[in-house]
Amino acid sequence: MYEKTILIKDTDTKREDLTRQAYTQILDFLRHNDQHSRIQVVRVADIGLYDKGLVIKILPEQITYANVKEDDLKRIADAISFNKGRVEDLVYKPKSKQERLVLKNCGRIDPESIDDYIACGGYLGLKQAIELKEDKVIEEIKTSGIRGRGGAGYPTWMKWNFAREVASDQKFVICNADEGDPGAYMDRSILEGDPHAVLEGLIIAAFAVGASKGYFYVRAEYPLAVERINKAIKQAYDCGLLGQNILGSSFGLDLEIRLGAGAFVCGEETALISSIEGKRGTPHPRPPYPSVKGLWGKPTVINNVETLANIPQILLKGGAWFAKIGTATSKGTKVFAVTGKVKNSGLVEIAMGATLREIVMDICGGTLTGKPIKAVQTGGPSGGVIPEHLLDTPVDYENLQKLGSIMGSGGMIVMDDDDCMVDIPKFYLGFCVEESCGKCSPCRIGGFQMLGYLKKITEGAGNINDIAQLKRISYAMQKASLCGLGQTASNPVLSTLKYFEKEYIEHIENKHCPAGKCSHLVTYSVIEEKCKRCGLCFTNCPVSAITGDKEKGYSVIQEKCIKCGKCFEVCKFRAINKK
Amino acid sequence: MEKINIKINGREYKVSSELTILEACQEIGIDIPTLCYLKDLKSEAACSICLVEVKGAKALMRSCVTPVNKGMEVYTNTERVRIARRVNLELLLAGHPKDCLVCDRSDTCELRKISFDLGIREARFPKVSKVELPLDTTSVSIVRDPNKCILCGRCVSVCSSVQSVKAIDFTGRGKNSKITTFFDEGLSNSVCVNCGQCVMVCPTGAITEQNETEGVWKALSCPDKFVITEVAPAVRAAIGEEFGLTAGTLVTSKLVEALRKVGFAKVFDTQFSADLTIMEEGYELISRIKNKGVLPMITSCSPGWIKFAEHFFPGILAHISTCKSPQQMFGAVAKTYYAKKYNIDPRKIVVVSIMPCTAKKFEAKRPEMKSAFNYWKNELKLENKDEFPDVDYVLTTREAARMIREAGINFASLKGEDFDEPLGISTGAAVIFGATGGVMEAALRTAYEVLTGKELEKLDFVSLRGLQGIKTAEIDIEGLKLKVAIASSLSNARKLLEEVESCKSPYAFIEIMTCPGGCLGGGGQPFSLNEETKQKRMEAIYQEDKNKALRKSHQNPAVKALYKDFLKEPLGEKSHYLLHTHYAKRKETPYGTEKA
Repeated sequence: MYEKTILIKDTDTKREDLTRQAYTQILDFLRHNDQHSRIQVVRVADIGLYDKGLVIKILPEQITYANVKEDDLKRIADAISFNKGRVEDLVYKPKSKQERLVLKNCGRIDPESIDDYIACGGYLGLKQAIELKEDKVIEEIKTSGIRGRGGAGYPTWMKWNFAREVASDQKFVICNADEGDPGAYMDRSILEGDPHAVLEGLIIAAFAVGASKGYFYVRAEYPLAVERINKAIKQAYDCGLLGQNILGSSFGLDLEIRLGAGAFVCGEETALISSIEGKRGTPHPRPPYPSVKGLWGKPTVINNVETLANIPQILLKGGAWFAKIGTATSKGTKVFAVTGKVKNSGLVEIAMGATLREIVMDICGGTLTGKPIKAVQTGGPSGGVIPEHLLDTPVDYENLQKLGSIMGSGGMIVMDDDDCMVDIPKFYLGFCVEESCGKCSPCRIGGFQMLGYLKKITEGAGNINDIAQLKRISYAMQKASLCGLGQTASNPVLSTLKYFEKEYIEHIENKHCPAGKCSHLVTYSVIEEKCKRCGLCFTNCPVSAITGDKEKGYSVIQEKCIKCGKCFEVCKFRAINKK
Repeated sequence: MEKINIKINGREYKVSSELTILEACQEIGIDIPTLCYLKDLKSEAACSICLVEVKGAKALMRSCVTPVNKGMEVYTNTERVRIARRVNLELLLAGHPKDCLVCDRSDTCELRKISFDLGIREARFPKVSKVELPLDTTSVSIVRDPNKCILCGRCVSVCSSVQSVKAIDFTGRGKNSKITTFFDEGLSNSVCVNCGQCVMVCPTGAITEQNETEGVWKALSCPDKFVITEVAPAVRAAIGEEFGLTAGTLVTSKLVEALRKVGFAKVFDTQFSADLTIMEEGYELISRIKNKGVLPMITSCSPGWIKFAEHFFPGILAHISTCKSPQQMFGAVAKTYYAKKYNIDPRKIVVVSIMPCTAKKFEAKRPEMKSAFNYWKNELKLENKDEFPDVDYVLTTREAARMIREAGINFASLKGEDFDEPLGISTGAAVIFGATGGVMEAALRTAYEVLTGKELEKLDFVSLRGLQGIKTAEIDIEGLKLKVAIASSLSNARKLLEEVESCKSPYAFIEIMTCPGGCLGGGGQPFSLNEETKQKRMEAIYQEDKNKALRKSHQNPAVKALYKDFLKEPLGEKSHYLLHTHYAKRKETPYGTEKA
């Protein structure tokens, strides 16, 4: 096996490809110095950078050199052969503001190979933890300041500490991989791309609290993630990283996978526990908290995938290192799944404290349509919208809460002028109503009632009192629901009411949807000047609401129109007015 | 028990550290409204009405599940609390029909009371569901109306925790959640034992008994019929509550007069047949002990328990006494012995029993409960189409009260009358059938004297009394040490039965009553969630026993006459046909529940 790998690719497309020449030169140098059995050179098809000249990447150090000239090749080869460190002046320093801690291995290693993971420093965190002993581990986590990445942001060390302090013959650890926010797929990507990191985090958690049994609670809708965790667990057993006497210590842990059947509410701790126990997945009153009395009545630590993926590095590099990243109250990085009307959608990992604008504009390249951003929704159905003028807010748990949203698990949806601020909360609320377990009345009936009011408003039947009713129900849901789902389900409504109340009023009083999204409130008409009398709208209208002929021109009979938008869609001359 | 200081509404109180906020408030005289809370049962905190404000907490807390803490500051009546409670209640009302005028629970509905108390004068939210859900009328004992259900989950808790039956549970999600039986097949096709404890705890009219009053009115107005009634022991200690009398007021004679005024031709007493039961059951016990029969013997008076055994413990059916319950013995005797003696056509006799129980409705309709018909079959040349049951109608205490009200009888002002003879004569031993431990005590009074031939001096077996779920004792019958156990509620019964099933039971005689506290806490009694009420009813029952001149079943002159003129001897041939029955394992279906 090679100790090091040199990846080469000429990314300059304007001239002759120099990859092969550079490859030969480096290989010659290595052969000459008898290093070629230790270091391999690989020509790659794509190295992830473009128009940066000859690019060379050194693994496993992850050093990237860009715009390398022929003369520099020797210096690079020399440095790598004789461990002389980096050739500083050639190192590529990307402008990207992303900082990859959690995703660092994703896409770089074979997720199905424990050897790959170990080669990248895997399971050293666990070794470190076992050497530090339990108290020190929790101390280290406390120093790091990491908070739960599942949404609520509860300090991880406190959860661990509670569970550690309770005397019990049996304790459990659970990895909560029941990711369910619409548009969020951070956990899935981590599990699919670096399952061992999560596994290692879970083993460390079990060690710290004294648990001897653990569960991965994964959605059945993530078959690849399930497969990879399964493999990772098996490999870990084979390597003595699970089972009895892990790494020669007296610590032992058994892990199992439990599949969730897709109920959103099962991501809530107490509902998740019920689900594992084989009961109906409904939340239970807290206290007692799961850390004290959880699965089968035993102390149980439940951590989110992303939280656990951070743990090995904290142990390896120290809590103080981690605490340097992020803001005063929110440490480390956060992975966001940016979707919606954005040019480059995908996963973004940034240090806490970066602004929303940096994420949406600088990293993701602004809106797809070029239209101005109207708002950004964070926190999925439990979060709220943040209007454009507040995008310079640094992202952390407290700031987002102040704005009426939440960090949530990291979904981020970008909206432009075409998005209606009554329709958006209606969508999210619809999701929560669908996913409410039905146990407690504020959520079960309150959500349903609110949805009714929103439907009324978007259909043009709204009454100005409806806004007050929405606020009243929201209040009861926030204060009286049993679990997070109900307590936060009204956030999208409240935040849109906070920032875009005018849009609600416009819907109610003028029966008009400014974004043109609410089909009931839109009128279609033919713009005579633009109309070429092709008749496409006439033939496509499903209810014959367009009248006229090629001689006289066409017009829309409003009484018949069902506002399906077909005419608008088929018109090639933009001669249908949608208002 | 540690005492801690907490502040409630700004005042300092010292309370036990083991209480919840709700219990602490109750202790100091603050009533917090609740809909899903049940004392002594683990609260699921579903209704979110009992909200209070706790200083430092972000959300409002459910007082029923939040334990008190040292230095806690609780506010039970702030603006925040009031608004949240009201909105929640209004939301519940949006999903609840507004047919209080015609609802069974009209007066006793907790939802209605709380709405009134919290000042809801307007239901602002539109109705949740426009589709009426079908009623579950499959059971002969209990009707469930999912439209009135507010999903508080009390019935589920009682069914699973108190009775360990688990016939009902939540299904569906969100606004489609409902409480139903396995595969929505209805109570009669489930393991439901018809105990009616769900009826007792339901805060609304979503679960009620099957109403049989219409049938009784019809029979009463039919000149051709001879309608007689039998009244169970526990009824007289509770029915007064329906007419505004305090719990534990004995109204035996008033009840007799009221029923006579309602129109029953004869008002008899189930206590007569309770004495008869003791004769049969006592002799059965003696025979089992003497002939090394199957022991422990278990009582058979409580029909909920019988169905429970047929479902869950089919292996121990031989342990259950073959005696019919007093209700069924009465029916069989009334339509044979009584009919013969007074020369009345048994087909014209309508037996209406008044019971504290919903399971009795099921018992009366069991196919084997037609021994009078079989008795007369040859003599009167009856065909199968002429078939009549031993007991025609079973009314709960509540239904009987309803009939008395409808008849315009001012119950409280009645002077009182005596039961009719001969089937109205009873002893003190029969009265105590109404309380847990009573059947055991009554049986021991007779068994002692039969076994020893001596008179029992101390009649009160105090160790067998009280509302505890399981009681055990060792009774010394002239050197014969008899270990006995008493269970009330089926979860307690389950504990004793598991011992029996694994042949580890140390007892010779076990009494099981389905409902907590025995018949006095039965599912057909006036609505009350109060433990004190049960205590009062029990005291009344033991008082009635004390008041009786005769307190041992075998002293009952009417029972003696019955044996002399008709049955000849306990466990004799006629007894076998008329007073004894058999039990069978309930058929299993693919999904685990069983059909009758």
